[in-house]
Amino acid sequence: MSTERQRGRRGRAESEPTPQDIERAHDHARIERRALLKGAVGLGGAAAAAAYFSMAPPTWPLSLNDPDGERGKPQAPIRRLPEGGFAVPERASVADLGVAHGSDVKAMVRAAVGGIGGIERFIEKGDVVVIKPNVAFERPAALGATTNPEVLVALIELVREAGAAEIRVADNPIESPESCFARSGIRGATLSAGAQLYLPEPNQFELLGTAGATWIERWPFFWRPFDGATKVIGVSPIKDHNLCRASMTTKNWYGLLGGRRNQFHQDIHGIIADLALMLRPTFVVLDATRVLFRSGPTGGSLSDVKAGHTIVASRDSLAADAYGWDHLLERSGEALPAYFEKAAARGLGQPDWRKVALNEVNVG
Amino acid sequence: MKRLPVIQSVPRLIPKAIQEATQPNRDGSPWYARVLRITTWRIVSQAAFFGLFMFLLWVSWFSRLGGYPASLFLELDPLVTFATALSTHTVYRWLWRALWILIPTLILGRVFCGWICPYGTLHQFMGWLFNVRRNKDNIDVNRYRPIFQFKYYLLTVFLVLSAFGALQIGLLDPICLLTRSVVTTIQPAWDAALPASLSSLASSPGAPHPRVFSGAWFVGFLLIGLVGLNLVIPRFFCRVLCPLGAFLGTLSRFALVRIDRDLTKCTDCNLCMRHCEGASDPQEALRKSECFVCFNCIDDCPEDALAFRVAPVPVHEKIIGSLKEGTAFLFGRRVISQLPETVIKPPDVPRRRWLFAGLAGVLAYPFLRYSKAVNAKSYSAKAIRPPGSVAEPEFLERCIKCDQCINVCPTNVLQPSTLAEGGLEGLWTPVMDFRTGFCQLNCTLCSEVCPTGAIQKIDLRKKLGKAPHAEAGPVRLGTAFFDRGRCLPWAMETPCVVCEEVCPTSPKAIGTYEEEITRWDGKKVLLNQPYMRPELCIGCGICEHECPVQDQPAVYVTAIGESRSKDRSLLLGAPETQKVKS
Repeated sequence: MSTERQRGRRGRAESEPTPQDIERAHDHARIERRALLKGAVGLGGAAAAAAYFSMAPPTWPLSLNDPDGERGKPQAPIRRLPEGGFAVPERASVADLGVAHGSDVKAMVRAAVGGIGGIERFIEKGDVVVIKPNVAFERPAALGATTNPEVLVALIELVREAGAAEIRVADNPIESPESCFARSGIRGATLSAGAQLYLPEPNQFELLGTAGATWIERWPFFWRPFDGATKVIGVSPIKDHNLCRASMTTKNWYGLLGGRRNQFHQDIHGIIADLALMLRPTFVVLDATRVLFRSGPTGGSLSDVKAGHTIVASRDSLAADAYGWDHLLERSGEALPAYFEKAAARGLGQPDWRKVALNEVNVG
Repeated sequence: MKRLPVIQSVPRLIPKAIQEATQPNRDGSPWYARVLRITTWRIVSQAAFFGLFMFLLWVSWFSRLGGYPASLFLELDPLVTFATALSTHTVYRWLWRALWILIPTLILGRVFCGWICPYGTLHQFMGWLFNVRRNKDNIDVNRYRPIFQFKYYLLTVFLVLSAFGALQIGLLDPICLLTRSVVTTIQPAWDAALPASLSSLASSPGAPHPRVFSGAWFVGFLLIGLVGLNLVIPRFFCRVLCPLGAFLGTLSRFALVRIDRDLTKCTDCNLCMRHCEGASDPQEALRKSECFVCFNCIDDCPEDALAFRVAPVPVHEKIIGSLKEGTAFLFGRRVISQLPETVIKPPDVPRRRWLFAGLAGVLAYPFLRYSKAVNAKSYSAKAIRPPGSVAEPEFLERCIKCDQCINVCPTNVLQPSTLAEGGLEGLWTPVMDFRTGFCQLNCTLCSEVCPTGAIQKIDLRKKLGKAPHAEAGPVRLGTAFFDRGRCLPWAMETPCVVCEEVCPTSPKAIGTYEEEITRWDGKKVLLNQPYMRPELCIGCGICEHECPVQDQPAVYVTAIGESRSKDRSLLLGAPETQKVKS
C-alpha cells in the first residue's frame, strides 16, 4: 500500500529521477537477472535429470529406462524349502510306521509317535515346528472332514515336551478361513494348547520353487508360517475323495498352496505326487479317530463317518496312507490310487506298507 | 541463520496456553464454565454415538462375534420402524427400539439429528472442518430456504410407496445410507490402507480375499458428493434430502420444549444464525420442524435472549402497544425485537404440495414395480437372495438396503444389487454373486443382523433342514446348472469335477458319469462327467465359486428352485413336499 502511494506522489511531482532512483533501478535489474539465471539453471537441471532418468541405459544407476517393458513387470522372488525337506536321518533300528489303536486320543498319539522312535527322534530343543492339520471345510470335527482337534492338542503337547521353541499351526482352507478354523475346533485347540495360529491372508503367500515337479514347479505357497521353520509335521484326517478316491497325509499338503488350486483336479494324481515332492515332512500323523468313508472330502452327515480308533505316525506318508487305505478305508482289495505309484516312482515313499517296519500297539 | 521461532518456543508456549485457557471468565465464573456448556456435551454425545456406530459395524465380523446389538442404529431409526410397519403391518423383532428416539422427539424435537445421528455428525464435522466463510456469510448461508421443503416431498413419496409394499426409504435414510457407504466403500479402503502389522484392526481380518462390492464406486462417489455439498450449504443432506429428518420434523410440531426467544431482550442482531445447524430461523419465528436442538444459537446469543424451555403460549398476542413506535410491552417489560413471532410448528409445506408429493408416490409404485425387474414374471436369474429371505414381494416390503448382511457375510458372496439384478426398486438389496464368494453351509450370520426381517432370523437346523425342520427340508437359494459346452470333462476331454468335491450336501448333489475316452492324442483318460441332482441342490454356489472356468463358470446357480417361494420352484412338488430319502 505504502509503496504505491509513494510512487503516486513521485508521479505527480514529475521530477527528474534522483541518483538514488537510478541506483534502485539498477538493483532491480540485477535482481531480475539473478532470478532469471536461477530459474534457467533450475529448469536446465530438471530437464537434464528428466533426460537422464528416462534415457540412460537400464544398467546405469537411478535409470528408469525400460526399453522393452520387461523391467516394469513385478518380479516375485522364488522361495525354496530346505534341500531334502524337513526329514530327519533314517535310523535302521526303529520302525518307520507306528500304529496305535485305542480310544484314549492322547495315549494313541504318544504311542504311535513312540512306535517310530519317540518325539525326541524328530524334534530338538529350539525347533520351530509347523503343524499342518486339514481344516479345508467349515464343519464340526464330528463330521470327519477335518483333523480331530484332540489329536492336534495331543501332538502340540508332545512337540512342546520335546522342547520346541515355537509351534505354528497353519492351513489354507477351501471355505472362509476364520469360519473353518472356528467351526472345526482347530482354532480353539491351537490356542488352548498355546500354539500360534496362522490364518492365510493374501499377502502371506510367496512363489515356491519345487525342482522336478510336473505342475507346481512355481506356485503360490503359504510362506509366512514357514519363514524360519525347522520342522514340519502333517496331521490329516482319513477321507474318501470324489476324484482321487482317498485324501490322507500326502494330499494334506494341498492346503499349503494358494493360487488357482481349482485347476489341480485336471491331473489330481500328478498334483499329489508333486505335493509329496514339494514337502518332505519330519513325520506325518494320520488321524483315524474318525473315518469319512463316503461323500468325501466334504461329508456332511454323521452316517458318512465311522469310528477308526487308530492313529498312525510315519516318516513315510505313502506307507501311512497305504496302511489307511487297506485297514481304515477298508479298500484293501482295490488298487491303490495312481498317485501312490507316481510318488513312489520319485523315491518319495513305499506304497507297500508291508515292506516297512511296523510297530503296532493297543493302548486301550 | 535465523532461529526457528515456532519449534523452539513450543515448550514455552504450552504453559502459556494452559494459563490462558484457565483464566477465569470476565464475569468471574471459573474457566471450566467455558467448557461445561451444553454444546460441549452435544459434541461429546455426537462423537460417542458416531464411535459406537463405527464400532458396531467393525465388530460385525465372524471372529468378533460377541452378542453385540450389531444393527442397533437401524433399529433405533423411527422411519425404518414406521415405514416397515406401513408395508408389513408388523413391527419386526427389535424395531420397537425406535421408541427410544420417537418419544424424546415428541418431547424435545429433532434431538436425534443434532445429538445422535452419525451421518449428521459426519456432515456437521466436515462442514465445520472445511468452512472458510466469513461470519456474515455464515449468517446468510444458515438462513431458511424453500428448497428445504424437498425432504418432506421425498418422505411423502417414500411413505406412499411403503404403503403399497415397495419400501424405498433405504435409498436416503441416513442410517441405511451411512451403513451402506461404510460397508461397501470405507471399510475396503481402510483394510487396504492398513499395514500388515495392523491387520488385526481390519474390518474383515482373515477374509479369503480383500472384499469387493458391486457398484461400490457409485456409493462412494455419492458419499463424497453428499459430504461435499456441505461446502455449498451446511448440512445440505440433513436440511434438503433427509427423509428421517423430515419424519422427525413432522413429529416435532408436537414437541413441548423449544428454543424460545425473549422479545424483551432480543436486539435482532442475527448472531444466533451463525452456527445454526438446521437453518431453523431462531432469529425470528423458530421453525421447530427444522431445529436440530444443537443449542448453538443459545451459545452465540450475546443478549442471553434465547432459552430452551417449555413455551406453549404464542406471546405475540400478549404484546401491548406498538412495535413501530417503540411503545410495545410484554408482561410489563419493553419489547426490543421488531419480530414478534416466535414459532412456526408444522413444516413449511403448502397443502397442495403435500398432495402433489402423495400423487407422485402413487405413480412411483407402478413405475417401479412394473418395470420388469422385480415382478413375478420377469425376475432376474441372478437375484439370488440370502438364506432365510422371505418371498420376493415380502422381501421388497422389508429390505431397507442397509447392507448389514453384506457387512457380516464371511465369504463376500453377498453383494449390493446393481440396477442389472434388481432394477431401481431392488437397488442395493442383497444378492449373491458366486464368483466372489459362496453361501457357507453352517453360517446364518446375515439372518442374525437383518433389522427388518427381510432375512428372517433362522437357526442352523432350519437352514440345513434338520429336525424339527426336516419336513420343510433345507433352505434352497436356487439351483445349479451345468454348461456342458464349457465344462472340462464334458467339452474338453479333461478331468476336473472340483464341483463335486466341494459340494457340501450329503449325499452330494453333484454326481458323475464315469467314462473312459481316447483323447485326440491317443491317450486314454478316465473322465468323471458331472450331472446335477436337483432334489439335493441347495444353491449354495460353492460349485460355481470353485469352478476353474472362472470367468463364466461351467456350473452356475440361478434363482429358480429357491425354497422361499412356491412360484419359483423348479420340480414338481417342490419345495414343501420334496424330501430326500436317506
